[in-house]
Amino acid sequence: MLTNKRLILSHFWLAFIVFGAALVLGAWQMFERSPLNAWHFNPEFYYRSVTAHGSAMGYVFPTLIAMGFGYAITEASLEKPLVGRRWAWAGFFLVAVGAVVAMIPVSLGLASVLYTFYPPMVGNPFYYIGVVMVVVGSWIWVALMPINMAVWKRENPDKPVPLAMFANVAGSYLWGWTAVGAALEIIFQILPVALGLKSTIDAGLARVFFSWTLHAIVYFWLIPTYIAYYTILPRAIGGRLYSDAMARISFILFVVVAMPIGVHHLFADPQVGAGFKFMHSVFTGLVALPTLLTVFTICASAEIASRLRGGRGAFGWVRALPWQNPILLATALSLVMLGFGGAGGLINMSYQLDASVHNTQWITGHFHLIFGGAIVIMYFAIAYDLWPHLTGRALESFGLMRTQLWLWFTGMIVTTFPWHYVGILGMPRRMAFYDYANPAISPQAFSVSMSAVGGLMLLTSGVLFLIVLIRGQRAPASEAGAYRFSVPLHMPARIPVALNSFGLWLALMIGLTVVNYGYPIAQLMVLNETNVPAVYVGASR
Amino acid sequence: MAVETDHGIGEAVAARIERRWATLSIVIVGVLVGMATFIGIHQATMPQGRVETADPGTLHLSGEFIESNLGSAVEADGSVTVRAIGQQYSFTPQCVVVPLETPINFRATSADVVHGLLIEGTNINTMLVPGYVSVLPIRFKALGEHVMPCQEFCGIGHQGMWGKVKVVDKTEFLNRTAAKRRLTCVD
Repeated sequence: MLTNKRLILSHFWLAFIVFGAALVLGAWQMFERSPLNAWHFNPEFYYRSVTAHGSAMGYVFPTLIAMGFGYAITEASLEKPLVGRRWAWAGFFLVAVGAVVAMIPVSLGLASVLYTFYPPMVGNPFYYIGVVMVVVGSWIWVALMPINMAVWKRENPDKPVPLAMFANVAGSYLWGWTAVGAALEIIFQILPVALGLKSTIDAGLARVFFSWTLHAIVYFWLIPTYIAYYTILPRAIGGRLYSDAMARISFILFVVVAMPIGVHHLFADPQVGAGFKFMHSVFTGLVALPTLLTVFTICASAEIASRLRGGRGAFGWVRALPWQNPILLATALSLVMLGFGGAGGLINMSYQLDASVHNTQWITGHFHLIFGGAIVIMYFAIAYDLWPHLTGRALESFGLMRTQLWLWFTGMIVTTFPWHYVGILGMPRRMAFYDYANPAISPQAFSVSMSAVGGLMLLTSGVLFLIVLIRGQRAPASEAGAYRFSVPLHMPARIPVALNSFGLWLALMIGLTVVNYGYPIAQLMVLNETNVPAVYVGASR
Repeated sequence: MAVETDHGIGEAVAARIERRWATLSIVIVGVLVGMATFIGIHQATMPQGRVETADPGTLHLSGEFIESNLGSAVEADGSVTVRAIGQQYSFTPQCVVVPLETPINFRATSADVVHGLLIEGTNINTMLVPGYVSVLPIRFKALGEHVMPCQEFCGIGHQGMWGKVKVVDKTEFLNRTAAKRRLTCVD
């Protein structure tokens, strides 16, 4: 029962428009820095483009997907209209206006600081103000999700919260708390300098604050994907979800251990001591746990669907799966990319191995494989699954959908595998171009060209995706029926309070963050001599 | 009734298999973390132990990072200390010379924004954050030259910030230090 279709559709459309624009920039960057490009542009254009690509893909696109999908889940799973519709629209407009406010200085070259900010470099204040508006807009969603759950719980005191809603609220809490790190950095450190009220900044402290956001933000991007694995896939292929309780445990684990691990981004940094790097390394290991649990549950759910269709044998059931179904195809491809990306992540987790890949192209390859690959391909699947319910029109280009998904998968592999490889060779990240004539660098040239070809495949796939959606908007009207989520194989007779509420887990989330971040932050805050002069970029001041 | 019982058995089986997998997952993660911990302690590959600071505003005036003190120096115990600075968009010294098979203490910082350095073909990789000193114990096992790019975005000239490391024979290195207290490739 989706009543606010326009609200949800607006989120998805804006998300995919932003995604399309950022994808063009990404493909151009891949070409620009490769040996295929004989003529170099002004390198400043490259960094402008990277800033826009990162900000759009990291802050705007997944946030809008999480918000739009979150509203859809609220209405469909709780079977009642969204509470706080006006607030939701306000949040949407804040995100939209914030994105524009941030992108104007970036496109003028006044804030080429990349989406990770990098103080003491400081750009035009409107870039940061725009980003804050996007985050504040999303915080409205963060507030609305638990409110809707609470209202529903009060009306249905004896029923367990539907899994999709439970996971959705978990995602909202996770984002609400993880965004605090970057918010503190922008509001208390960068903005006063950008506005000219202060001229010095502690770059080390800023990096610690940012790491609080930078890692867990990936799990915020990931949550809609996992929700789709658990609550869309089994239904879409005519099966059952293997386990409802394990799904809840996985989402809870993300909420609890996603935050106190961010310092693994700072393994090579001088401003955090070895002890806390060790702590964060251990917790990073723990965050592999929900993913291992998820992979098992999803594969088992697929097996159930296959056996219901007559699939036999220890592995023969894989063939009996409905491979024509785009949701199944997307999930399978997503899990393959998650496998490779996750293995890479376990390598990054240990500071010994990290030393050989830190800030090389390996890292760029790693997060593109996880986010661009495993996560975004499920965003496509979510859109394909939801579209008929949002537009009231059938989405029937199944062949085109499968081509699009395969092309995205292939493109992502062709892009990221060579990227990983040149990273091991030591190729540094974030450079506008390389001197491929240098004998130390020339062995990397072929791989970089291959990545550029992969980028082009991704761009083509992105265009196909938009074509499928636009076709869907123009198809003749047809009633899609009520939007449903998958049903567990064994409906639990009762759900323990701990798996049906968040109080305990939020306390752990905040507590662990304070334990793992409190001391490094406090230590750097009392260290005044590390405030260094800001370096303004772009405009001459 | 029979269906009910089957359902109950099925549920118990499902729960048991799931518990086994969860246990296995915990063991996998435990082994990985244990390995990293063991190697970290046993082979002493822990990251920098303590936080040291250096004011970029006075780097060039006083302290260990004044220009005449940058480069490679032999210590009384036979080890070598290398001091270097990163700034937009170069390293000082731009080419670092180091001896083969010698324990080297690498100390570096930034004079302006956040930089980084990695030495290609090795596992040497660190950030340079203004205000802080990066300390790195290193050792080279082969003669030759390496490129040393800045690995962190440091502004629009970032792509041009490439240094070099030259690993030379130990006696050659010591002969050269006889003439000069602080060595770089050009001395």
